[in-house]
Amino acid sequence: METFFKEAVVPHFNFWIYVIIMMIGLWSVIAKNNLIKKLIGLSIFQTAILLLYVSLGVKEGATIPIIDHHAAELSLAGDAAAINPDAIANPVPHVLMLTAIVVGVATLGVALALCQVIYKDFGTLEEDEVLQKIKALHDDV
Amino acid sequence: MKAKIFASIAVAITGAVLLYAVTDFPNFGDPRSPANAGVEGGSPSASLYYIENTYRDTKVPNLVTAILADYRGYDTLFETVVIFTAGMAIFAILRVLRNENAPSAPSPDPEASNRTIDGDHHRIIVGITCRIAVPLVQIFALYVVAHGHHSPGGGFQGGVMLGASFILIALSGSLRDALARFSEASYIRLASIGILIYAGVAFLPLVFGRNFVDYGALKGLLGTDGEEMARSHGIFGVELGVAFTVMSIMFAIFANLSTRGRLKGGL
Amino acid sequence: MSDHLPVLVLLAPLFGAITLGLFGMKDHRVCLPVVLSALVVSLCCAIGIVLKVHSGGTLDYFVAGWKEPFGIGILLRADAINSPILVVIATVALLAAVFTVRHAGERDSEKTPHFYILFLLLCVGLFGITITGDAFNVFVLIEVTALTSYGLIAIGSSKRCKVAAFHYLVMGTVGASFYLIGVGYLYLKLGSLNMQDIHTILASNETLADSRAIRTAFVFILVGIWTKMAFFPLHGWLPNAYSYSPSGSAAILAPLVTKVSVYVMVRMMVSVFGLDRLEANVEWGHFVVWLAVIAIVAGSTMALAQREIKKMLCCLIIAEVGYMVGGAWLGDPQRWGLTGTVYHILADALMTSCLFLAAGAFAKWHGAIKLEDLSGIFCKMPLASAGFVVGGLAIIGVPPTCGFYSKFYLIRGAIEAGQWVYVAALLASSLVNAVLFFRIFEIAYFGKNPVESHGHGDDHGHGHDSEPVVRREPPLQALVPVLVAAALVILLGLFNGPVVEFIRTGLIETAAVVSTGR
Repeated sequence: METFFKEAVVPHFNFWIYVIIMMIGLWSVIAKNNLIKKLIGLSIFQTAILLLYVSLGVKEGATIPIIDHHAAELSLAGDAAAINPDAIANPVPHVLMLTAIVVGVATLGVALALCQVIYKDFGTLEEDEVLQKIKALHDDV
Repeated sequence: MKAKIFASIAVAITGAVLLYAVTDFPNFGDPRSPANAGVEGGSPSASLYYIENTYRDTKVPNLVTAILADYRGYDTLFETVVIFTAGMAIFAILRVLRNENAPSAPSPDPEASNRTIDGDHHRIIVGITCRIAVPLVQIFALYVVAHGHHSPGGGFQGGVMLGASFILIALSGSLRDALARFSEASYIRLASIGILIYAGVAFLPLVFGRNFVDYGALKGLLGTDGEEMARSHGIFGVELGVAFTVMSIMFAIFANLSTRGRLKGGL
Repeated sequence: MSDHLPVLVLLAPLFGAITLGLFGMKDHRVCLPVVLSALVVSLCCAIGIVLKVHSGGTLDYFVAGWKEPFGIGILLRADAINSPILVVIATVALLAAVFTVRHAGERDSEKTPHFYILFLLLCVGLFGITITGDAFNVFVLIEVTALTSYGLIAIGSSKRCKVAAFHYLVMGTVGASFYLIGVGYLYLKLGSLNMQDIHTILASNETLADSRAIRTAFVFILVGIWTKMAFFPLHGWLPNAYSYSPSGSAAILAPLVTKVSVYVMVRMMVSVFGLDRLEANVEWGHFVVWLAVIAIVAGSTMALAQREIKKMLCCLIIAEVGYMVGGAWLGDPQRWGLTGTVYHILADALMTSCLFLAAGAFAKWHGAIKLEDLSGIFCKMPLASAGFVVGGLAIIGVPPTCGFYSKFYLIRGAIEAGQWVYVAALLASSLVNAVLFFRIFEIAYFGKNPVESHGHGDDHGHGHDSEPVVRREPPLQALVPVLVAAALVILLGLFNGPVVEFIRTGLIETAAVVSTGR
């Protein structure tokens, strides 16, 4: 048990946490009856993925992906050692996750708008009640 | 209950598959991991290339900004389009237009919608504070947009702050105050202008026979020394476009959601 | 400008959408000309791409000009697999745009410009997904497509479409997130997002390609895309979303969105994970083909149970998705199954477009929602009904239409691969389709006309003689797209030889080029 912990969990701690957060999110998306709670689950789910991406770009002891001006000018002058790639975090996951965050915000906005309309039409946000009321509907399509 | 059992099974399977893969991962924080340093047999690692050459290529020290708006600028164009789409979709879903003024759900307090910052002495402290704060927020937001080349920031972050400044007006006074300064017609127009700026700056190189998003082609147009500076300016132009779109759509989302699409009354 | 065709094809609708945002709000008359011209430009670009690919092979476009080192920029790649799909997307979108003339957003005409902006952005997303060569870019464009779809579905006035859109949103977001997890795992193990780069690494490194993380990545990408394409156990969102959305939205969503997801799956198989790798793991292929068989059977069974026209068509889409997934995973050495799948993407997009356009016309100008409402429609709208019949025959798989040929190639692949269950499912589903459509034809042709039948009892067909039938075709803007779609269904069938040859040589070439590395 201890060796498993040392070999499988500790070096990949962030990834274990991400999986657990993701499971919490996914569970509430599927199991919760309230539409807003579903959306909260969806947001948790998406946030877990952000954690995955950001974790995989981490370098031990590295700083933010912004190059020091002095070092940058030195490297332009031909000093190849001026920028140490191991000391700068991987910028690509940050870029990708900026996109994913924006997508998440956009989706959440649209989802909330839909919730408002559903509440206006059916007077409830509980999924089973909404489905019941839909069955009773005879409006034209 | 059935849903919960089903959810538990589905989640358990998903989690098990993901954890099954986790042990195969490179160690957390390893600078030699494939994501950080590439693998043998593939192209040289893009990540290392960015770290070593971005400043040479674009004169932008902030790698995230440079990759976002130049190397992967095509992605970011569609990211902006996603924001714009969200605004349009919320409008399409929620907006109640004048021809169906619903008598069913009148605003609980008709007076509330007509209050302005000046008219309501209960809110005077909040109102005055926000009046002072809003310009400061906006100036800082513009700084964030413009300084994205050198520090964390850029169009999305600055745009959200600009949007927040208008939301602050709406929260401290009433939505009417905010809409008087930033009406519906103008925020839709500004959101389109934002994308137009982005797509336009990205499109211009085509006129010079270069590829889409290749800002280096704008060297002559901008009168810069080299292609690097042209890229740097191109990135700035693009960020500005992003900021416009994000600002407008953030405010639009707030205005529509807080009034259930009526743009009257509100919080 | 002809070098820039791969990017122009999606820039045209993007600039169209911007124009509408700037000028369409005030004056709604701007909308339609802008939409139509943008889509015509796209169509021309797509045809240009096909011609270029035909004469010069794969077309690469390096966005922002970052060629060296490979993989730092985003690559757009047009080859024999995706270029015909671009043409079909442009065609179907154009037909749907013509169809929406003057009844966009149904009752709420104030939202016309928003409808058209979403419509054009949907086209941008579909073109982008089809042409890109970057795994992460696919995710961004999937989200563009998804958000526009939610808007287009919920823009209708019915109460049900809002709930349908919400369910679609939840499932669609989960699906896209699964795809994102898969891409993340690929990036984590391979350090690249470029499809070709990923493939080169996987092809050269056996142990890496068989590692647990890569397998998991593949599974998650597949499940994510299956959710997006409504593959059977993950289909829950589709029937309501497409049948309760306004006709104009359904006419573009139903034919295209699922098909483009199928294309993404084919692309992932051919040029990311590699057909060699899949053939080395035969049991995966068998498993997916079994899933596909279940999907086909379930889709057909559900279709039999439906009483509403559009719902029935939606269930047929689920069965068709089963055809395509199964065909792609047959794994026959001559690639007939995969060719049949790509050809079926084209064919099914046109057939579904034809059927949904016709169904939209029936619903709009005849008030026909349920199957029974169609009675007498052949006499009232003979031309529109003819279009519907052609679409129906194509779904059944009657020879001159493209539906026959796509099934022919799929079955050929299945026989060569020895997948007899799949053959049986395909044939059984065709029989079910025949039952379904001939039931509709019977109602539509012999059924009593609701107007004149009141009190007439059972005298089928009598109405034709006794009372003059009022022939009232839908207006031209609805009739023309239906007929054009029907004509294209037949034309694609008649010219199946060259199309299939083009796809198949390109497919074999792409698979071969990619597996040996650059």
